[in-house]
Amino acid sequence: MTARTTGTARLTIGFIPLADAAALIVATDRSFAAEEGLEIDLVREVSWSNVRDKLNIGLFDAAHLLAPLAIASSLGIGHVKVPLTVPFNLALNGNAITVSPALWTALSAARDGDLADPAVSARALAGVVAARKARRLPPLTLAMTFPFSNHNYQLRFWMAAGGVVPDDDVQLVVLPPPYMAESLGNGHVDGFCVGAPWNSAAVDLGIGHILHFGSEIVARAVEKVLAVRRDWAEEHPDVLARLVRALDRAASFVADTANREEVAALVAAPRRLNVAPEIVRRTLDGRLRLAADGSIRASDRYLVVGGRGANRPDPVQAAWAYAQMVRWGQAALSPELLAAATDVFRPELYEAAVGASARAPEDAPADGIGAFAGPLFDPHDIAAHLAAWPIRRA
Amino acid sequence: MSSAPADAALKILVIDKDPIRRAILDAGLHEAGFANVILLGETSGLLNHIYRIDPDVILIDLENPSRDVLEQMFQVSRVVRRPIAMFVDQSDRETTRAAVEAGVSAYIVDGLKQGRVKDILELCISRFNAVARLQDELDRAKSALEERKTIDRAKGILMQAKGLSEEQAYALLRKTAMNEKRKIAEVAQAVITASELLK
Repeated sequence: MTARTTGTARLTIGFIPLADAAALIVATDRSFAAEEGLEIDLVREVSWSNVRDKLNIGLFDAAHLLAPLAIASSLGIGHVKVPLTVPFNLALNGNAITVSPALWTALSAARDGDLADPAVSARALAGVVAARKARRLPPLTLAMTFPFSNHNYQLRFWMAAGGVVPDDDVQLVVLPPPYMAESLGNGHVDGFCVGAPWNSAAVDLGIGHILHFGSEIVARAVEKVLAVRRDWAEEHPDVLARLVRALDRAASFVADTANREEVAALVAAPRRLNVAPEIVRRTLDGRLRLAADGSIRASDRYLVVGGRGANRPDPVQAAWAYAQMVRWGQAALSPELLAAATDVFRPELYEAAVGASARAPEDAPADGIGAFAGPLFDPHDIAAHLAAWPIRRA
Repeated sequence: MSSAPADAALKILVIDKDPIRRAILDAGLHEAGFANVILLGETSGLLNHIYRIDPDVILIDLENPSRDVLEQMFQVSRVVRRPIAMFVDQSDRETTRAAVEAGVSAYIVDGLKQGRVKDILELCISRFNAVARLQDELDRAKSALEERKTIDRAKGILMQAKGLSEEQAYALLRKTAMNEKRKIAEVAQAVITASELLK
């Protein structure tokens, strides 16, 4: 890119076609980026590995990235160590757990309460798992999108709360989102956790039943972030601040319900998500059809792209993601790694760029996370926090 | 004594949806002395295929969404039988960069000596780039053919409308294109459009 303190800067930014890229798409395709003197070339990618690698080697200036992957890359877990900086959250939440009609029926038979309660559904899952073991049936296969993702951590958190050991009792596999519905339909997987619009895609095909919104497992989870290389952020502070401002305005525009139709059209466009605008609109409205019977669940927490303090990167969120990596054996527990993880999220860059600190909403959970089970999260004592969980790999 | 497999025994899995590129990679690897090459086009149930084949080296094209499935193999878990690592030569970022730009990525069984793998990757990079060049030439040849057809149609229209010979019609197109600083094919397309409007 051509970096100058004034004049137009050109940026190449990678993204995966998901509804939580809305702020990035709206900033680029409406006037927000241009008003900050930015010319953004959005490059659609097919895998998170591609996004990570192209950001790492400098083919991208910035990227739409899974929040835990930004941390993993900075810690050098699973791949080369490339320190990243997160100055902006692109979205909170937005995932859902969808199961096959057969698993839904089995869970319904095993339930001891309302399946809409994740504690009930997790216990029901433990019952189904035990029954399959007793009948010597193969373990259930559940899919998620990447090892370093909320999809992985939310599925694990949920099932472990019900007594299911994720690494022993079920088969957890990675599947690219576009293959999720197909795999559920042909029986290769029994359920999955994925972002929008892929849960709705399975429901619309009549082959999936949405069991939980991710926000029912964890009320406030940072899902996707804008990530840049740390050295790039240090070399281009002005361009980065302009990008954060453009994204912040775009995120507010997305959050304003008056703009839903325009936003849905921009995000759904062929060059962006290439889906029907209606499916994007449902996602942004947080009103999802759960199953073929037409039942609806609505939540204003389902996917939060802007407003409610969503865009300010919160180091507590980074600590929580790191704690999940430790819990499931992806990372060692050390004060140095914890510090390196929390340093990835840079609220001061966000605040300096937008000129004010965003406040969390009044209904924000006390610990900033709001998991449905277990003690409140304490970022200063991860060891004690993890000790509360009998099921873990650490 | 090293127990590393010799080149001929090294099991190389090529995952690429493009059948032409797959065949070209296969030929290239065989020429270079790698006899044990397995080709995979479809990627449903990829992990099961990989366990069955149990390769030492995996090459995958970056247009393939299933690349993320391989990331799972870096993890130490029950579903992963042999940990796989992405091939990254820390001392040579250029190779990694060249691979990403060419559109290919390499994965190796953890602990495999990296020297020969770099040769394999470099061979793949050059073949990927060669295929891209061929594709580019093919696209250009196709568009040249289309331009040719357009110019022939415009010539025919001018010959009929103005009673010109073929050479005169072409000279008129060329002169107009030069005057307007446009391509002959663009002027020819304008002639065709105009004649259709006037029908």
